[in-house]
Amino acid sequence: MQTRISINLLLIIGIGGMIGSTLRYFISLILISPGFPLSTLTVNLLGCFLLSFLLNIGNRRNLLSPDLMTGLTTGVLGSFTTYSTFVVEAANLNSSTTTFLYIVSSLVGGLLCCYAGFKLANRRKVAT
Amino acid sequence: MSILCVAAGGFLGSICRFSISILFNKHTIGTWIANLSGAILLAFLYKWHYNEVIGELVWLFLGIGFCGAYTTFSTFGNETLNYILQKEFGKATIYIFFSLTIPLLAVYYIF
Repeated sequence: MQTRISINLLLIIGIGGMIGSTLRYFISLILISPGFPLSTLTVNLLGCFLLSFLLNIGNRRNLLSPDLMTGLTTGVLGSFTTYSTFVVEAANLNSSTTTFLYIVSSLVGGLLCCYAGFKLANRRKVAT
Repeated sequence: MSILCVAAGGFLGSICRFSISILFNKHTIGTWIANLSGAILLAFLYKWHYNEVIGELVWLFLGIGFCGAYTTFSTFGNETLNYILQKEFGKATIYIFFSLTIPLLAVYYIF
């Protein structure tokens, strides 16, 4: 990733962050599941897949400007997924079995989703 | 109004996370620091919100918006996958271990 910082880039990331967090908030309002934090799990797994796909496909095909790409990855997807809520929810679940299930499904599922995004991006690269 | 609070928090949170990752140059450490500090802040906010020390809008702005955007799960997952793909299993294990244990212990301690 690039490391050049400009006000424009910060604004793009900030706006991406607004979009990502608002989407995450909407999903938390729609997906209500007492006893298990399904909405956080959903955004985290979906975000893992999309970020991996974008990072692996974006650098090869210059469809988007580097700033816009950072806005989508660091901004939108970085804010769409969340670690703090994951940890606080995990610590708050009422049984240690559920906590364990939540952590394992987030971790294993997250890595599998990242791998799926990576695979899909590389398959597309070969096809085009 | 609640959406505006979340969006404003998300705006600031993502910029803070990006700045920290630039500051620490090594991205995994930047992500780890953002995730740990964000989890600690959220634990306090959660407690204050639960005890009605802070109102709903502050919770949405700082908790859901700022902390939610400041910390990230997708980058953590991708950084771990990169270690695994590069066959650096030791680094992947250490990264997962410290990402899980330290924030969880900190949050349990705050509660």
